[in-house]
Amino acid sequence: MQGFLSLLGRRLVIIVPYLWLIVFFLVPFVIVFKISLSQTAIRMPPYVPVFDGTATWAKLRQLSFDNYLWLTGDALYAKAYLTSLGVAAVSTALTFCIGYPLAYGMARAPRSLRPTLLMLVILPFWTSFLIRVYAWIGILKPEGLLSQLLIWAGLIHEPLHILNTYVAVYIGIVYSYLPFMVLPIYAGLEKMDPSLIEAAEDLGCPPAAAFWKVTFPLSLPSVIAGSFLVFIPAVGEFVIPDLLGGSSTLMIGKTLWNEFFANRDWPIASAVAVVLLVILVIPIVIFQHTQARAEERSR
Amino acid sequence: MNREWSRFNIVSVVLGFAFLYTPIVLLVIYSFNASRLVTVWGGFSTKWYVSLMSNQGILSAAWVTLRVGLISASVATVLGTMAAVSLTRYTRFRGRLLFSGMVYAPIVMPDVISGLSLLLLFVAVDFDRGFWTVTLAHISFAMCFVAVVVQSRLVTFDRSLEEAAMDLGATPTRTFFLVTLPVIAPAVLAGWMLAFTLSLDDLVIASFTSGPGATTLPMKIYSQVRLGVTPEINAVCTILIGLVTAGVLVASVVTKRRAVQKARDEQAAARA
Repeated sequence: MQGFLSLLGRRLVIIVPYLWLIVFFLVPFVIVFKISLSQTAIRMPPYVPVFDGTATWAKLRQLSFDNYLWLTGDALYAKAYLTSLGVAAVSTALTFCIGYPLAYGMARAPRSLRPTLLMLVILPFWTSFLIRVYAWIGILKPEGLLSQLLIWAGLIHEPLHILNTYVAVYIGIVYSYLPFMVLPIYAGLEKMDPSLIEAAEDLGCPPAAAFWKVTFPLSLPSVIAGSFLVFIPAVGEFVIPDLLGGSSTLMIGKTLWNEFFANRDWPIASAVAVVLLVILVIPIVIFQHTQARAEERSR
Repeated sequence: MNREWSRFNIVSVVLGFAFLYTPIVLLVIYSFNASRLVTVWGGFSTKWYVSLMSNQGILSAAWVTLRVGLISASVATVLGTMAAVSLTRYTRFRGRLLFSGMVYAPIVMPDVISGLSLLLLFVAVDFDRGFWTVTLAHISFAMCFVAVVVQSRLVTFDRSLEEAAMDLGATPTRTFFLVTLPVIAPAVLAGWMLAFTLSLDDLVIASFTSGPGATTLPMKIYSQVRLGVTPEINAVCTILIGLVTAGVLVASVVTKRRAVQKARDEQAAARA
């Protein structure tokens, strides 16, 4: 009896979260896929259901790929996908350029200072994402604080028009996702054995070359992890392009939101989501692979 | 890494933190602005905090958010800890690859996809949208973050402690609650706090899965921001930032005290 109970307990530890994720993560994707193949209708919910479990040949023929044809027919969608990938790539590169020196500086800080610095990087992450994006509106507006400062300093004479451009979107993404880049890189650099650099320098390698030949290559896995943590969510980002990019910027997260909330076209919104997922599957799989490898190594 | 802190390092750290903190500090300062214009300083005033106290819409949204956060963080912590234990302890079972995939994928999944797919699930099973759908949605994505946090602690856990307990006759369940859980408790607590703040913070998933009568604070803030920046929103944000900062500071002081206490106990034990 005791053995049976402990076996049951062990099974439950796996089964409960497993089932939860299947019901609330996997099944919803199947439903999204299903609805992306149905037709729009003016009713509630606004689509014609395609199958109800009994998948016969007649039912299968009702499946419509119209929504996908619609996506390829309208250049707006292709442009939205490509722009989102471009914006995410540029923002990831910018986040790296700011995040790496910061993480490197933190890793070389006196040991007693490091926990405080680490907490200072994590703290903005705990404060609301929406609030942090909102804070930039007041700074970037034409009559905002940045323009005021630069005019006061005599650097510009006309107010800046940054808000509602892609520049504002870049700033927003870099700002919001910076901790995701800094934390893995810092963790990687902090663990690194200092004797490796000492060895390089003892052998006559100048410090800058030692950095590029030893430190940087060794930190690459954490750079890759950080880049994926920024890139993947940035592609589908909604809040930042909506609040900082305004109507002049085109990104796929915003397109999906508008199809759903403004046009109430659920099948098209589902098709947009399926295509976005297909685009992101490769980076997501690479990310999981690197995570799993890191997990194996730390064991 | 423990070498000299060069001027370049200091400058990059200072600039990095200036970038991270300037917008937040400005937001807090301007919440005490007497002028209605957010970017023109009109003297110190706390009137926006006063008017906030009579804003029923924001207060009820804050109450909804708080309840969703407390319930979803607690359930997500239990489920996430279970997931972390299964992933670290049982390296072989059928469908483990799918399981670990489902734990990592939601962390990077764009919110719009998670939100849309969960909404379509609730519509498909004809579940009335409102408070509980938002809570279920938040449990589902927050549990993955909890799992990753707890897992990182479990992999460095000394398993001989568990083996010792079981050799002495404790059942696996007893061992977990008496030995494993106290050791991983800080990670579980950190996971709970992360789940709670993720829930407080979420706009996109809540907007998709919410229904009438369940407007969360981020949804309220978002709809007000769309209408224009107001000092009242700055005041709400300042209160939230203050609460979170206080929470993080208290947590770090408590963990530090405990570490000091533990070191003292160990010294005392060594002397005895």
